[in-house]
Amino acid sequence: MSSLTRKAAIVGVGESDLGYTPDKTFLQLIGQATQRALDDAGLKKSDIDGLFSAGWLTMESIMVAEYLGIQPAYSDNTLPGGSAFEFHVEHAAAAIAAGLCETALICYAETRLSDRKRKMGLNFATGSPQEPEEQFEIPYGQWVPIPTYALAAQRHMYQYGTTSAQLAEIAVAARKWAELNPAASMRDPLTVDDVLASPMMSTPLRLRDCCLVSDGGGAVIITTAERAKSLRKKPVWVLGCGEAHTHRSITGMPDLTVTPAKFSGERAFRMAGLTPSDIDVLQLYDSFTITVLLQLEDLGFCPKGEGGRFVEDQRLAPGGSQPANTGGGGLSCLHTGMFGIFLLTEGTRQLRGEAGQRQVPDARHALCNGIGGSLASSGTVILGVE
Amino acid sequence: MTTEYVKPLPYIHAETKAYWDGAKSHELLIRKCVTCGQFHFYPREFCPACLSSDVEWVKASGRGTVYSVTVCHRPAPRFEKDVPYNLALIELEEGVRMMSNIVDCPNDDIKIGMTVEVVFDSVTPEVTLPKFRPLK
Repeated sequence: MSSLTRKAAIVGVGESDLGYTPDKTFLQLIGQATQRALDDAGLKKSDIDGLFSAGWLTMESIMVAEYLGIQPAYSDNTLPGGSAFEFHVEHAAAAIAAGLCETALICYAETRLSDRKRKMGLNFATGSPQEPEEQFEIPYGQWVPIPTYALAAQRHMYQYGTTSAQLAEIAVAARKWAELNPAASMRDPLTVDDVLASPMMSTPLRLRDCCLVSDGGGAVIITTAERAKSLRKKPVWVLGCGEAHTHRSITGMPDLTVTPAKFSGERAFRMAGLTPSDIDVLQLYDSFTITVLLQLEDLGFCPKGEGGRFVEDQRLAPGGSQPANTGGGGLSCLHTGMFGIFLLTEGTRQLRGEAGQRQVPDARHALCNGIGGSLASSGTVILGVE
Repeated sequence: MTTEYVKPLPYIHAETKAYWDGAKSHELLIRKCVTCGQFHFYPREFCPACLSSDVEWVKASGRGTVYSVTVCHRPAPRFEKDVPYNLALIELEEGVRMMSNIVDCPNDDIKIGMTVEVVFDSVTPEVTLPKFRPLK
């Protein structure tokens, strides 16, 4: 297998206005994020010849390209859920390495909070009659995503004795990072007791085990090694990537305690020639507290079943030995529906030393891991700076 | 007076009609591959282990264990009146898993690993949903 290590680098990142943006469509937010990422890189729109886009509307990537006035030579709309943008990094690096495009834009936005208030939200609970879940899950009261992740959490607790207080440690650590991030939506102090006293959603997950619902978008620009060296910002090299999906419905998940991060992580570490002990800062998809715990185990940061003990004593928090989700994550910063783009923007800023008060000292290697669907897909991206 | 059943019902395709017909006659039918011997769920016309089309319907024992269970305090659409209700993954004796609800048991008493057996809930004249109760 050929390696993509240092064949491409992230050279620009940007976010749209974040949080609650009732006066903007998702296309405006994509435009904002793209402008900001181009400015960050010191590139022009005309430099983009590869477009990587994912969203829920019909033929959305083509809509996005038209809105931005881009006619790409290479286009990819892979949509495995919230991990889409980690998949896109691998696909963009491969396309760049193959010479099929030179400068790729990965972009995405949603307005879930505004849509909910306008009662225009997507309804994933009533899918197409073609979908197996429609026949075999939804008649029993299934809906995504909270009960599906709750089923995984229950099984992990049963097999390994993981506790709600341990899950709460993850939410508390995310909040401590959010307190340091002016862009975060939820910045009031939060304790383990607060998490345990929040309303029950689906046992064992309580409100503060669950991510926020927000508006926002992000953009990431990736280009060739040669071009990256001539641009404004220090190149953030793609050192390793991996992707995997193991099922679609939670009923089809082979083992509720093992996510496809086990496979995407192995692939990414092998490509990068690194191990978990080389990683200075983690950006893990935190749709729910349990999502983080499962990734820590599956990516090899602790043995399977040890995740609960691993996150105790605020190990993931500012000052902890395994800093994770330094922007506050989906739990306390924002969650637009597919959080994976923000794992990349925050990971890049950490490696450039641009993270302000929340900067992890001397961060040289970052691991960004996206999870999509009902723990169905995983994309791992390992980034590094010289 | 009968109340109309308002919750979501499966759209039954030809591929799965035998499963739903089985449920109506109080049999839990699952698919088994004649070529490689693997059971699978949900029922498909292809074996997801070896992609053989030689798959047969087999009557399951109807017994299994609770693989995982959650009690939903926030409902799916049209389940508002049921809150809190349980959602369980059942591992059948044949080794496959299916989603269902546990009945005849308070939510707090449902435990992972508990042995259960199928019961049939005829929710409409056309549709019977397999559900599970603790095995006495």
